[in-house]
Order: sequence, then C-alpha cells, then structure tokens
Amino acid sequence: MSAEAAPPDKTEAARRFLRVLPLCCALGMEVVEAGDGWVLTSLDYDPRFVGDPATGVLHGGVVTALLDTSGGASVLLHPAGSVSTATIDLRIDYLRPAEPGQRLFARAECYRMTRTVAFVRAHAWTRSPEDVVATMAGAFTVERPA
Amino acid sequence: MSVRNPEPVQVVKQRRDAALARMVEAVPYARFLGVTFERKGDELTCRLAYDEKLIGNPALPALHGGAIGSFLEIAAIMELAWAQVWDRMESGGPAAEAIERGEFPPLPKTIDFTVDYLRTGLPRDGYARARVNRMGRRYASVHVEAWQDNRARLFAQATGHFLMPNGAL
Repeated sequence: MSAEAAPPDKTEAARRFLRVLPLCCALGMEVVEAGDGWVLTSLDYDPRFVGDPATGVLHGGVVTALLDTSGGASVLLHPAGSVSTATIDLRIDYLRPAEPGQRLFARAECYRMTRTVAFVRAHAWTRSPEDVVATMAGAFTVERPA
Repeated sequence: MSVRNPEPVQVVKQRRDAALARMVEAVPYARFLGVTFERKGDELTCRLAYDEKLIGNPALPALHGGAIGSFLEIAAIMELAWAQVWDRMESGGPAAEAIERGEFPPLPKTIDFTVDYLRTGLPRDGYARARVNRMGRRYASVHVEAWQDNRARLFAQATGHFLMPNGAL
C-alpha cells in the first residue's frame, strides 16, 4: 500500500488524535497505519450514513469527513511539527459512487509544508486503492509552537 | 373571465411542508447529523442543530470540518432536489400526484464540491442557504453560504457541481 516504513509510534499518535475527536468516533473512523506526513484511515459502511436511499450509496459528506480528517492528521504527522491545524479549503472530486456495504479507505499525504500553510492531497477507495472513489486537494493552517 | 377558487392556504402549506419533510427524512445521513429544513415559499433554510458529536477540535471547541462540509453538501443537494419537487407539485396533474404519493425524482449526484472554511465553527446551531446558479438538463452549479449567529458573518461557503438525475455520467 505504502512504500514508506510506518513507525508504530506514528500510527499510535494518529490513533490518539482521532480518538478524541467526537465526529470521528461517531462515524467510526479508524487509523490503519501512519507515517511521517501521511495516514491511512478507514470507515465502515453504515446504513445511517446513506445519502441516497434509492441506491444505498454513502453520502458525499461522509467521504468528505474521512478525507478532511485524514488531511488534518497528515499535517499533524508531518515532521515539521504543527501543533494544531484547521482546514482552509478543500476540493473533492467524486469519481464514482462507493458501493453500498463496502468499507471505505482514505490515504492523505501532506506533501508540502511552509511556515504557515500545509498542502495536502488525499484519495478514497473501497476494494482497491487503484479504483478511486474520490480525490481531495486541500490547504490547512500550520500552528507552530510559540 | 373565470376565477378559480383558490385552495385554502393551510392546505397548500401542509402539502408543501409534508413533501419537504418526506424528502429530507428519506436521507439517513441528514437525520444522523441533525440537519433539518425550514421553508418560506419555495426558499429553504437548512439548519444544523448543535450536537457534541459534530465537534472536531475539543480544545477550542470547534465543529469538525467534515461536519461543516457535510452540512453544506446536504444543503446543496436538497436545494436542487427541492427545486424539482416544487416544479412538479406546482404543475399539478400526474407529476404532482406522484409527489403526493411520496414518489420523488432521483437525487442529483455530486460531481465535485469545494468548501471554503472562513471562520471557526462554534459549538452552536448553524444555518445554510443554497443558491442554484445554473441548472441545465445535465449539470447544475450550486453555491452555499453558512452562518451561525450573524447572517453577514459566514463561517463557511461552498460551490458544487451536480449531475442531474436525467443526465447519465
């Protein structure tokens, strides 16, 4: 999945970060693996999260929530060390619907961090990371320790 | 010139509110987040009722960006869906009867959605209003504005493009 080595402490740090966020708990988000400036997360299909009752497909907002969370986590996991972050903006492209009943995965990478802004890209998939459900490009704030 | 007896206002209101309620209640994720709609004529205001589960930064505390994005996307999709339901209801005939029976047109599908986070989402109710800037046969462009205490101080806005149900991807 990822070529980078995943130090267990980064994965544990990402899990600690998600555990205290009420929305992530309510949606059942989990950290699969994390490393320097990247994270792999997942979310189980749940009928309560359906956006279109006719098809049973998850609401786009659920995909947004997973991608945004992963994006924020990737910023906090970046070695440059932001102590806190907030989303400035994000754009999501929905390439295809996520099949009902399938677990959703997301991988976010903070690929550039300046003194004040972190740039993130992420994508979400169900069965195979090659068969992308949605992509995200986002900008996040960087808060350095005083 | 013949003047039709207009329906009593209460009957019209009740029919419209019932159609709106059915349309929104059919979407599980809107219920899960606590999103409801208020109607004045054909204009909708979307409300996100504050709940602890919407928090994404417990230290501040602040609403989660994912909750805000979800709220705005629900507002945009419902605005488009409502425009179609409204047209059918108002046109009368078989289309209006279908709505009456709870048979709604298929929901639009999101092509892309861009969210601009302008201010921290405070731990209280939020409101949103969506504007359809263009609705073609296949594609629609919608802008959404969201605020909390003060209508003039937006805390988020979004633009999205949607595939209308009669178009094929």
